Amino acid sequence: MTAGPRTLFEKIWSPHVVAEGAGAMSLLYIDRLLMHDGAVHTFDRLRRAGRAVRRPEAIAATADHYVPTSGGAGAIADPAIRGMVTEMDRHTRELGIPYFGPGDARQGIVHVMGPEQGFTLPGITLVCGDSHTATHGAFGCLAFGIGASELEHVLATSCLWQRKPRAMRIRVDGARPPGVSAKDVILSIIARISAAGGTGHVIEYAGSTIAAMSMDERMTVCNMSIEAGARAGLVAPDETTFAFLAGRAFAPAGPRWEEARAFWRTLPSDPGAVFDAEVALDAATLAPTVTWGTSPQEALPITGRVPDPADAPDPARRAAVERMLAYMGLAANTPLTAITVDRVFVGSCTNSRLEDLRAAAAVVRGRRAVVPAWAVPGSGLVKRAAEAEGLDRVFREAGFEWREPGCSMCVGMNGDTGRPGERVASTSNRNFEGRQGKGVRTHLMSPAMAAAAAVTGRLTDVRRLAAEGV
Amino acid sequence: MEAFTTLTAAAVPLDAPNVDTDRIIPARFLHKPRGPEFGRLLFHDLRYDEDGRERADFVLNQPAFRAARILVAADNFGCGSSREHAVWSLAAYGIRAVIAPSFGDIFFNNCFKVGVLPVVLPASTVAGLRRQLHAMPGASLTVDLEAQVVVGPDDARIPFTADPFRRESLLRGQDEIALTLEREPAIAAFERRRAAEAPWLAR
Ligand code: SF4
Repeated sequence: MTAGPRTLFEKIWSPHVVAEGAGAMSLLYIDRLLMHDGAVHTFDRLRRAGRAVRRPEAIAATADHYVPTSGGAGAIADPAIRGMVTEMDRHTRELGIPYFGPGDARQGIVHVMGPEQGFTLPGITLVCGDSHTATHGAFGCLAFGIGASELEHVLATSCLWQRKPRAMRIRVDGARPPGVSAKDVILSIIARISAAGGTGHVIEYAGSTIAAMSMDERMTVCNMSIEAGARAGLVAPDETTFAFLAGRAFAPAGPRWEEARAFWRTLPSDPGAVFDAEVALDAATLAPTVTWGTSPQEALPITGRVPDPADAPDPARRAAVERMLAYMGLAANTPLTAITVDRVFVGSCTNSRLEDLRAAAAVVRGRRAVVPAWAVPGSGLVKRAAEAEGLDRVFREAGFEWREPGCSMCVGMNGDTGRPGERVASTSNRNFEGRQGKGVRTHLMSPAMAAAAAVTGRLTDVRRLAAEGV
Repeated sequence: MEAFTTLTAAAVPLDAPNVDTDRIIPARFLHKPRGPEFGRLLFHDLRYDEDGRERADFVLNQPAFRAARILVAADNFGCGSSREHAVWSLAAYGIRAVIAPSFGDIFFNNCFKVGVLPVVLPASTVAGLRRQLHAMPGASLTVDLEAQVVVGPDDARIPFTADPFRRESLLRGQDEIALTLEREPAIAAFERRRAAEAPWLAR
């Protein structure tokens, strides 16, 4: 083993390589696996192949994609969809896998539940059949999303064949200006490096801005790594990480905690470690940011205008912009703050944690939503904590619906969708065509910005809300 | 998994960059277990209008391209979610190879598990192929994994490289899980070592 300076990524990757295969493929050991209701068919496929789950003790599961956010699991009308949730219950019970299903306070979006339970730990490899598994990298673990066949492979072998990704470091330094949230930081990063900028890389987010972030904020940043094309994001574990994890159900305790923490302190990238790519952003230059198009890279400061296809550098880009404007129902050069919205969604694994709800509540407190607006907490525990602070009252008094935890309108698999042509101010992570329902137009933004849109009915610079007399 | 060796077939050009997996298969179909009906659902909301009628302007609905078995796409094809359903849909439709300048990472991995070959070629080369396909609708391409070469409608031979490990599995249509399970002794030994080094991970 060479003693040269190593990156955080390298320090996690190397000790997990079980064997090297032909070419550049490694057999990577997977410490922990998270499962959600959408992955339930994989259990059946494994069973049909006559294979066993190799290490049920490495798994935790919940139901999030298909659960209704009002009325409980019993309210699912379609038996095929209800089966996704009830089958998860059955399989996990048979295998002895901890399962946080509907009715359990710990139930929630898989990427909220995992960290909340201390299932997510620094230095480990963690996978889930969901691309936003990158969220967990906020704890300094190598966490990435996998497809159904890869999931089957992990269940059967505790390993995955992987090509070693390259390491990219994105440094964000300086104090964030008022009104600039973690969501604005990551949207700005994606706009800068593009939706494919991180392809083939693991991104380590570093710099003083990231170091000053809370765990909720770091999770927001890492969550959208996949929207920059990267399968995983990482933040070096530090005292903020340890303080978050201490005492959580699945986290080590007693002497094991001390051992773990001593090891975790060795994980941050060494000074002089070399990255395959480096990007730097100055936090002082950032502003509240919204997307106008159908790729998360189409993000602009709220003070900007909808782009003009005529300004596109080449015909392919012009065609892409024209297509996006047509889908989004927008005219070139429209000021972003002139875009009216039909509804507002605060939720998803990007922005449904307690701090997100606080940020949105702070904006709507004493104001009134003028369009239908939902607040959907990320888990039962988030919901309970928010209610203990009275946030549910704040939302309700402002005319928001305060709903049960789940993925909800982020993807609409449970039926929580908008209507064709509706324009949604959303704190989720994808603005793809049809993502929130057929023909629905999604603008991504922070919880505070979504709250501001709710009380004005249009995209609004949250920093100017008071000045505008709203 | 169905093996992939070489394929000569009509190819369809898809010019838009960043075609995400939500567009390849909308989320509302994801609760279905894998099956042949995913072929009908491929690109569903691009292919059909609100009343379920085919949109004549979508390339796959044009007569010359309907029987295409090779897709020539643009940058970052298959970005977005981890849904393997996106690849199932392509395979069920009959598309066994996708050529693009870049792919979403998870989609790329998923392709090999389902027996669909993703081929990465330089952006200008891919754009050239798409142009030829637009000019000669219904023209065929050959994708030869054994020789690692794409043969264009103009008979140009364009070499590509596939990862040796994945190439081998795809050529043989191997069951990867069975192969990995043969390494159980190494995995078990790794686990013993890891348990000793990281006792804090035990549950
Ligand atoms: S909240 Fe949205 S992005 Fe997150 S896991 Fe659920 S569906 Fe996926």
